[in-house]
Amino acid sequence: MIQGNQAIAEGAFYAGARFYAGYPITPSSEIAEISSRRLPKLGGVYMQMEDEIASIAAVIGASLTGKKAFTATSGPGFSLMQENLGVAIMGEVPCVIIDVQRVGPSTGLATKPAQADFMQIRWGRHGDQVLIALAPASIRECFELTVAAFNFAEKFRTPVVLAADEIVGHMRENFAIPAPGAFPVFDRAKPAVPPDQYKPFNFDSDDTAPLAAYGSDYILHVTSTMNGPDGRATIDPQTATKRVTQLHRKFLAHRDEITLTKAYDVEGCELLMIAAGAPVRAARTAALRARQADLQAGVLQLQTVWPFPESHVIAAAEKAKKIIVAEMNYSGQLAGEVRKLVGKSIPILSVNTFNGQIITPQDILKAAQ
Amino acid sequence: MVQATGWKYLKKSSLPHQWCSGCGNGTVLAALVRSFEELNYKNNEIVIVTGIGCWGKADNYMTTSALHVTHGRALAFATGIQAVNPNLHVVVLMGDGDGVTIGGNHFIHSARRNMDLTAILVNNYNYGMTGGQQSAMTPADRLTSTTPYGNPERAFDICALAEAAGANYIARETIYNPLALKNRIKEALTKKGFSLVEAVSPCTTLYGPNNDMGEPLAMLRWLKEKGIPLSKYKEMADPEKEGYFATGKFVDKNAPDFSARYHDIQVLVQSEPAGK
Repeated sequence: MIQGNQAIAEGAFYAGARFYAGYPITPSSEIAEISSRRLPKLGGVYMQMEDEIASIAAVIGASLTGKKAFTATSGPGFSLMQENLGVAIMGEVPCVIIDVQRVGPSTGLATKPAQADFMQIRWGRHGDQVLIALAPASIRECFELTVAAFNFAEKFRTPVVLAADEIVGHMRENFAIPAPGAFPVFDRAKPAVPPDQYKPFNFDSDDTAPLAAYGSDYILHVTSTMNGPDGRATIDPQTATKRVTQLHRKFLAHRDEITLTKAYDVEGCELLMIAAGAPVRAARTAALRARQADLQAGVLQLQTVWPFPESHVIAAAEKAKKIIVAEMNYSGQLAGEVRKLVGKSIPILSVNTFNGQIITPQDILKAAQ
Repeated sequence: MVQATGWKYLKKSSLPHQWCSGCGNGTVLAALVRSFEELNYKNNEIVIVTGIGCWGKADNYMTTSALHVTHGRALAFATGIQAVNPNLHVVVLMGDGDGVTIGGNHFIHSARRNMDLTAILVNNYNYGMTGGQQSAMTPADRLTSTTPYGNPERAFDICALAEAAGANYIARETIYNPLALKNRIKEALTKKGFSLVEAVSPCTTLYGPNNDMGEPLAMLRWLKEKGIPLSKYKEMADPEKEGYFATGKFVDKNAPDFSARYHDIQVLVQSEPAGK
């Protein structure tokens, strides 16, 4: 039996992470503690920083120096990371941020589960941008999606957020860490051109440029300011157009690869349940009971939360007469995205908890009636 | 001996720089690149880390590797770079607003950790880029665009702050004395652990004119008069010190830096039996 936070930490090491910088916060602290024990043995470095602002900054610095790097936090700490997360987006710096979500607003219910960070993960920074967010619903997924998060980060040169929740973070299930090689691990492309021809950014392709490391034979110039392909600041409007467009285009062009969902009996289903993270478990039980009562019920699990899995939701909702979105927040952050896609043609019912209590199959079945 | 120019660290196509006439930033940059040349540093082994502010634009003019980031956070980014490659020369360029006002927390913790970073903090007593507002280095009673009736707050002595936090090397010079500044920067660069060089510099567009020093020359004379070599400063009675500051080297020690201490931990735990 291992804990979700432990599976996340092991997933990070498996993916090759060798630098962790963080600030302790419930319910993510086990990830820091495990990293402090394991990383020096793996030849890596653990650093406890003075705050979350410094934590994400150090992670970005470490990644640009060639190490896979990550941090773990919860909602309040994630809020503090927002500005420097923008640096990682602008600089196209691979890194992984684990957000084990708890109840807010503010210091809220520190030890209780929530999923109210989806919108701050997507929109919490100023400026136009996209990033990837994944949400695990089991211990196996804590491991697998952490490995996937690093792979996406390296491949698309982007921060990736693992939007876990306190339930999966502290839950325990049977899971054996896979042998090396059982899961693909992707390492960022390194430049092959002569150093005097190297440019760290590429605005003319769907793919990102190879990333040199500080201290390699290459000169690497990275800035959080609007920049050209050479990584140097510019105010040229045409370059700014290309820069911001590329920050979106690199995801849009690879949307199929980035979008991870799991479909349980959704084909032709009349009652579609949509969830991410821990509520997926309640939805699957609810759907099973509904089918026992002869309702054509299915569950679409969103493993990728951002970019929102639009085509998967539209396809799953094709025959649906009713959609239930179960999530641990007040306002229906995922339900709102679903509503944007299916409009008013299908009734969408939100099943929400926001007081630290979990969503039960009964809660969902009640909404189904 | 041929005087080092530091040209190979400067991006000629980006020059002349954008700093105001009489600003000290160019003098500090010259001292820095001359130090690099005299120490025979390679461009790809140097990482310049800058935040926001006039001095934070310095990376634009340099051909070394660089990372330009958010206001106040340069030291935290530099910490991650240095932690995973202790062989790099990681040099953090900050102004007084960037380095010890918004970034004060990172400053004291970088010194406490004794990260092997060289911080070159240009202190011009105010926020130049945003129009001459008060910083945590603006002396009490001085005038800025946000202390129009005199500054009600007191300024940090950042050298004393760095010493209390545990830095290995601490020095202060004014840009009136560029040779001394260069020699301090060279010492700071070669020192393992956290090094601070405070370069006191004139803001000839804002702080000077706001405080009865309308001409750049008046500010230079002011720096010349107010910066007192440490040995002489120590002999002054406390009331005489009012309005003056000490220059020179305040701290020079060799406490092990973070990476040396962490390396010891790595060696220790890697020798333990597996499975623990």
